[in-house]
This record gives sequence, structure tokens and C-alpha cells, in this order.
Amino acid sequence: MPLFDRKDKSRYAAFTRRTLMTGGAIGAVLGVLGVRLYQLQILEGDQFRTKAEENSVSVRLVAPLRGRIFDRFGVELATNRRNYRVLIIPEQALEGVDEAIDTVGKIILLSDRDRDRIMRDIANNKKFVATTIAENLTWEQFARLNLHLPYLSGIQPDVGQTRDYPFGEELSHVLGYVAAASQSDQQSDSDPLLALPGFRIGKRGIEKSLEKELRGSAGVSRVEVNAYGRVIRELSRDSGAPGDDVWLTLDRDLQKFVVERMGDESCAIAVMDVATGDVLALASTPGYDPNLFNVGITQAEWKGLLDNDHRPLSDKALSGLYPPGSTFKPAVALAALDAGAITPQFAVNCSGSLAFGNYVFHCWKKGGHGHVDLHRGITQSCDVFFYNVARRLGIDGIEAGAHRLGFGKQTGIEIPGERAGVIPGRAWKEATFGAKWLEGETLNAGIGQGYVLVTPLQLCTMSARIASGKLVSPRIIRVVGKEGEPRPELPPLPFAQSAIDAVRSGMNGVANEPGGTAFGWRITEPGFEMAGKTGSAQVRKISLAEHLAGVTKNEKLPWKLRDHALFVAYAPVAAPRYACSVVIEHGRIGQHPDVQMARDILLYVQQRDPVKRSASWPVNAAGLDRDMTRL
Amino acid sequence: MTTSYVMSRRGVGWTDKLLLVHWPLLLLITVIASIGFAMQYSMAGGHLYPWAAPQIMRFAVGFVLLLAVALVDIRVWLALAYPAYLISFLLLVAVEIVGHVGLGAQRWLEIGPLQIQPSELMKISLVLALARYLHGLALDDVSKPHRLAVALIMIVLPAALVLKEPNLGTATIILADGFSLLFLAGLSWWWILPAVGGVVGAVPVAWHFLHDYQKQRVLTFLHPQNDALGAGWNISQAEIAIGSGGLAGKGFVHGTQSRLNFLPEKNTDFAYTALGEEFGFVGSVALLALFAIVMYFGVRIATQSRSQFGRLVAMGITLNFFFYIMINAAMVMGMIPVVGIPMPLISYGGTAMLTVMFGFGLLMSVHVHRHVELPRSSGGII
Repeated sequence: MPLFDRKDKSRYAAFTRRTLMTGGAIGAVLGVLGVRLYQLQILEGDQFRTKAEENSVSVRLVAPLRGRIFDRFGVELATNRRNYRVLIIPEQALEGVDEAIDTVGKIILLSDRDRDRIMRDIANNKKFVATTIAENLTWEQFARLNLHLPYLSGIQPDVGQTRDYPFGEELSHVLGYVAAASQSDQQSDSDPLLALPGFRIGKRGIEKSLEKELRGSAGVSRVEVNAYGRVIRELSRDSGAPGDDVWLTLDRDLQKFVVERMGDESCAIAVMDVATGDVLALASTPGYDPNLFNVGITQAEWKGLLDNDHRPLSDKALSGLYPPGSTFKPAVALAALDAGAITPQFAVNCSGSLAFGNYVFHCWKKGGHGHVDLHRGITQSCDVFFYNVARRLGIDGIEAGAHRLGFGKQTGIEIPGERAGVIPGRAWKEATFGAKWLEGETLNAGIGQGYVLVTPLQLCTMSARIASGKLVSPRIIRVVGKEGEPRPELPPLPFAQSAIDAVRSGMNGVANEPGGTAFGWRITEPGFEMAGKTGSAQVRKISLAEHLAGVTKNEKLPWKLRDHALFVAYAPVAAPRYACSVVIEHGRIGQHPDVQMARDILLYVQQRDPVKRSASWPVNAAGLDRDMTRL
Repeated sequence: MTTSYVMSRRGVGWTDKLLLVHWPLLLLITVIASIGFAMQYSMAGGHLYPWAAPQIMRFAVGFVLLLAVALVDIRVWLALAYPAYLISFLLLVAVEIVGHVGLGAQRWLEIGPLQIQPSELMKISLVLALARYLHGLALDDVSKPHRLAVALIMIVLPAALVLKEPNLGTATIILADGFSLLFLAGLSWWWILPAVGGVVGAVPVAWHFLHDYQKQRVLTFLHPQNDALGAGWNISQAEIAIGSGGLAGKGFVHGTQSRLNFLPEKNTDFAYTALGEEFGFVGSVALLALFAIVMYFGVRIATQSRSQFGRLVAMGITLNFFFYIMINAAMVMGMIPVVGIPMPLISYGGTAMLTVMFGFGLLMSVHVHRHVELPRSSGGII
């Protein structure tokens, strides 16, 4: 049986030979593939791992929760509110974007402008990026949307966080507001959070001065994205650190009372604890609603704020500069007594005017006050008396005394935008006008006119210093985060005690002695009596013609030209605890609305007595449940 | 006389033949296919659907097909070799005429509910037909010009048709299969060496005849960074996927590249990258090692066969399997241009799975019938 012929045998041998060669080739190719794997995975593995990571992991910032701001009793003045909003994810809107937005428009009102904005945002983003249709919805709107949601594809309700100022205008100048970071903000601050869409930073007030503490630090969310940039899942999340909560020295109830009392006046009021300098109320009217800036102020609203002649955007309490007028007289008296320029017994005869060089300096009282000593000089606010005091003291003495009472420099309150005011002196005049100081100008300075400019807060500080005999300075921040700064022991006011006593006696007389300029509006409740000093500041130069014809009565002038009404006070007289300053721009001086306001406020604050009440201490501020902070 | 000799004379029952099946090879194939299922499962983000479950179903069908093919007498396959080739060739022509345009290429032919890819059929048919033709030639005859010319026509004609579809990858494999068989049949070095020289010299000429997209692939391959987000995307992302696996990989279902769609066609042609990413160097080399053992079994089966037809078929199937692996692995590792060649048993795809399993069936048939002696003049039996 011929199984193999010889030829078949030889081809079998050839096949085997060639198969072995083929096998070798296969082995070699597999070897090369193995080497290539080694090169890719072992030698260059780290590089490729990095590339894969870059490919698939996207790092996103998570905005930290902004710290809240409380008053001294734990009332939330600035907080974070749930922002109910509705978003659209274009690629998920199966019936089309227009259809989806129309449907939403049937549930909540959308203007044509809203629609334009939405369509623009959608066009500028990728199809899977959520775009805001509407935010700051009410709970009812939000609930209705959620009810309809099953029928709306691509529409996504969402709860974000937004800043909220529950008391609106009342605290606008203290708290300031938050708004989106501007280009220049982003250049000066390298925090990447600023570039986050929708992120808000403090633009004014405490929100600005404590921006760093309130902001907290950014969290980081590492998300896995696919090749198209769509987020697949969150890999890790570091929520960052929420901003520190801040406790102010303010008493919200008092603030409310003060602002309501100020009414429609263009007015600034400060109320302080004379022992510590804690600012209990600080208001400037009119204010503005800080919530407007957060959600985006309209052109019309912004223009309205700018055009208002009562200047709602300016914080008059800190940055309004006014000639102090007669409210400056306690400072001049104190300086003169302390320097020995006068004694409490020093007296002049007021005939209604004082001739000095070529000028005649008038007293506010045409007929004159007659015999005036220091006490009467203060209680009846005799200008001629203080012209004489000023002459004896000299501008250098006035300047030094005023500085010691806190004028001419910032008080250092923790709110940005405070101005220093002006206490004129020889050097100051030389530097400002390049001219020599004139003796006549000393007389003007002695009654708080001329170059002297002060802020309402400085006036309140002066009042507090006289009342307490201590070198108090206003402060409004009590606690930031967990720790309050220890309060340094306050040094005594650098004036002789006898001088302070004499001035206090005069200020007591202003309100509590018949003939005192504020007697008609004093606090009559026993034990609550206030001491104070009235003042008015001329806004216009009184012309020569007017001098001759007699000065026009203030009330008959147009609002803009009327004098400012000022009043500084403290109470109770016996053991002062509260100081107050009131400045009413172009106020009706005849009725002394400034004194009336101070009277009501000082009576209210004494009866409420916020300093004696235990303030809330932020024991559970950070680290614990933040919703429990209100004690 | 051995039992197998008796078998060759009288034939035995199919249950007896089952015992003769190369079970270790079958087990190995199942293990490799299971790795494929795992990768399909992983790339779906840890889900059986849409890929793993259908792939398992196809493998089950392929498994039965393999056994059925294995049990068919090798003489039947000898007899069917030319008809199969003829049918495949006609289908290739048909695809050219009425071909269904899919993926930008005419590759599919729909006959009733069936979608067939004649180029896949041709790979098997060519191995069978060429083995049969060479089986009938004595060693000296192989190198005779008129005999060689017939063999070359059998190889080049279908390759040309497939290239025209256009399907460069499959055409390359058809050519490689064919020339390999000529080489194994003992073609004289006097033919081989000048031919290799000629091919090298003809590369610039061939370039001229390539499709634009084929040229683009070659250019992209040579300079992937020129087009990192366009056509170079596949290559660079595949390298990143494999490379980022490192030594031990990112872990099962933890590959980011493949799962997050950075790789187009991740589950088909680029499935091997997912393995490299998730199981690292260890896993990639292990799979190559399993493939190597499969090929070792293939070569053993070939050399143990007592018929030239059996030997050539076994080697043809083994090499076909090898060319798939080589081209696919080299492609995803950025060593050769991107061509649409799947990784056998790993990549997702029905036709490829069935073709591979049918091929293994033939290899198994050679093994089962290894003692069957076929005279050179035998035309087989049906």
C-alpha cells in the first residue's frame, strides 16, 4: 500500500523545515510586540498615565459658602439663601430648546429680554452645559415647575446659594454688598474663585473689608469627563473651607429704631458704647437695597441711585464731611482748659459781635449774650465767647486738642471708605494753600467753621471720649470666625479731669438747664437724662448784601442751601453709657430735629440697654451645625 | 494498525471523533474568548449589554460551529475546497456589483436575513483551495512557472477584488495567507528572494494606487502629531490607553481611556487597548502568550498531519490567526497604520467571531483526522 512516495516525503521534509522557519518568524514578531508593550507600558507608562489623567479628569472649583454676618445678639444681617433656579440642558431638550423655554414661560414669567439672554447663553455654551433660564424664584414658582417637570425634558430645577440681606436698606452702608468680580478685581486677586461664573465678592462695607475672612477657600471637585467633556461622575470632592462668620457690635433692633426715626431725611447717625467704642447703630439715609447688586441691578435702578440728590450711595456717617459748627465747641473748651489758656471762671461780655482786625465776627444771637462764662458759653453756644477762647488758645492748641479727641484722622472703624476730615493748622495751610495761617481763621475754627471738616462718626467718638474720659475708638466687628480679639484696656483721655468735668457740666446744661440750646427737647424721664451739644453748619457763604439786610431765615431757603443740623450727645448724664451723633443735611434747625432724634434714640437705647444684655457668643460658629448658630 | 488507521478505512462514529478533538486547544480558545467578554463588559462600564452578552451568544454559536466543522471528514473539506473558493469568489464579484455600502466601503452582501462579508469567507476558502491545489503538486512542481502562475492567480484575483471594496487590511491578509502557503509548500528561494526585492521596490508605485483615505492613514501614522485631534486621534489615544496601563494596569472596569470614549471603535478594532489599559503589561503580555500557545498547538497539529492538505490547511489557519493578531496589535501600538483588522476572539463583531471559529474548526478537523492519508491525486470524498 503506497502511503508515501519519495516525492511526498521530500515535500514533507520541506514543509517541516519551512514551518519551523515560520514558527521562528511568529516568535520573533511576538517578541517585537512584547518589546513594544514594554516600551509603552513600562518605560513610558508614567507619561501616558499623566496624559490619560489629563484626558479624563477635569478639576472644577467649588465655591465655598460665604460667611454670615450677625449682629451682637446673633440676628442674621447677611446670610446665604437658597436660590431656586431653573436650568436648561439644551441637548436633553427633546422637543427642542424653544419649545422647552416656551413651556417654562407658561409657568413662570419670562420677558423677551430674558429669552434673548437665554438663547445667547445657550449659543455660547456646549450643548450639555446647563444654562440658567431664571433664578431667585419663589418657592411657589419653584414648586409649580417641579410639578410640571415630568413633562419638560431638558429642564432642570436647581437649588444654589445666593447672598441675602434680610434687612435691605437698613444696613446697606454697614454691610455693603456683593457683586461679580470685575476685571481689575481679578487682576489684583489671584484667587481662581473670582473667575468662577456667578461668584460674588464684597464690594463695599463689611463685605469688602472682611472679604478674605468671609470668602473662605475654594473647594475642588475632581470630575471624570468623557471625550466630549461631559461629566460622567464625581471622583472626589473637597468642599473647601466655608468663610468665617462675623459678629458685629451692632444691635439690629436699635439700628431699626434709628433708621425708622431718621425717616426721609438725608441724615447720618452713630450710636456708640462709650466704654468700649462698640458701635451699636450706624446709619446713613437714604440707603439702597444691597440685594439689588447681588441679583444684578437694572440700568434704571442704578441711574435712580446716582441721580438722587440725597446721595443714597454715599455713607454719610463715615465719608460725609461737615463743618462741625458749634458741636466743635466742647473740643475747643476742653483743649483750652487743659492747656491753661482759660479757667472755668474765664468770662467775656458778648455784645453780639467781635471786631477783629478789619472784620467783624458775629455771634449767632444778634443782641448778644451779655456776661458769658464757660458754662454759659457751652449751654447757650455763645460764638463770641469761643472767639475769645480760640484767640487765647491759638490754632496750634485747637489743632492738638482736636486731634486728641479723634478729629482729623480716620477713627479706624472696620468699614472701608472712611474719611479723615480736616483739622486745620499752620503746617496744613502751608501744605494745602501755600499760605500763612491768619489769626482770623483761628476764630472761625474756634466755632467749628472755616476749614474744619468732620464726619458724624468722629463727632460720636468725641462725645464718647468726653462721656467716658477714655480714649475710645469706634469698632464694629466683635468676632470673626471663632475668636474675638481681646479688648485692650483703654487709656484715659489725655485731658485734665477738671477740664473734662467742666465741659461735661456745660453739655449737661445744654439739655437740662433752662436757656440751654437743647432744653426744649431734653429727656425728661428721670435717670435717663442726656447731655449734648447742638450745632449748625453753614452750607453757603453769607453775602455782604445779606449781612446788611439781615440774614435770611434758614427755613425760607431752598433745601440745598439750608444749614446742616448737628447734635452730639451722651446719656445718662450721671453715668454715661451711650454716645450719639446726629447730622441732618439741610435740616430744619428751628425745630431741632437732630436733637429730637438723639433724644428718642438715647432714651430707647437706655431702656433697651444692649450693652448690659449678654451678647451672643459664637460658641458653635465654625465646625458645628451652622444652622444652630442663632442662640 | 492503529485505530486511527482503521478509522481512515472505515470511518468511525462522531461520538468517537469527539474524543479525538484537541480539548486543550478548545479550552484555550474559550479562555481567550472569555477575556474578550470581560473587556466588552468593562467597556460598557460594567454591563453585559450592549456588547458582552451578544458576544457570548456568538461565541456559543461559534463553539458549536467549530465542533461541527471539526467532525467533518477532512476528505470532505478537500472535496469542498474548490467549490467553496468559487462561491466565495462569485460573492466577492457580487459585492462589487450590488454591494451594500457600509462604513464607507462595499463589504456586506445581504442575502435574505443574512449579512455576509465575502472577504471573510474568501480568507478561509483561499486557504482550503490553495491547500488543495498545492496538495496535488510534487515539491518540484511548486516552483514550475505554469503551476505557480495558477496559484498566484488564485491568490491575487480575490485580493484585488477585496482591495477594490476597499478593504486594505483584509486584502493584505489574503495575500499574506496565500504567499505563506506557497512558502510552506516549498516554493524555491529563487522565486522568493527576487519577489521580496520586487515588492520593496514597488512600494512607491503601490502608493500611487492607494485610496485617499488609505494614504491619509499612512501619513497620519507617520506623523500622528500633525493631526492630534483628527485622524491621528486613534493612534495617539490608543497609545495613551495602553501606555497608561503601566505594569499592572488600572484594574478591571477602571480604564478611563476606553470607557470614556476617548477611543473610537474601542470595542471593535481597539479592544486590545482596553486590556492593556486595565491589566497593564502583565495582562497584555499574558494575552500574547495565550495566543502564542494557540499558534504552537496549530503548528503542532500541522506537523502531525499525515496529509499535505491537512498540513497546509492547519498552517494556513494558524497563520491567518497570527496575521490578525500581528496587524491588530501592531496597529493599536502605533507600529503600523490604522487598518480595520479586529483582534481575534477579543474584538466585538459577529462575522469575525464566526470566521475565526470556523477556521479553528478546520484546524480541529485536521487534528481529528491527522492520521488520514491522502494520495496526491485524491479529489476527496463527499
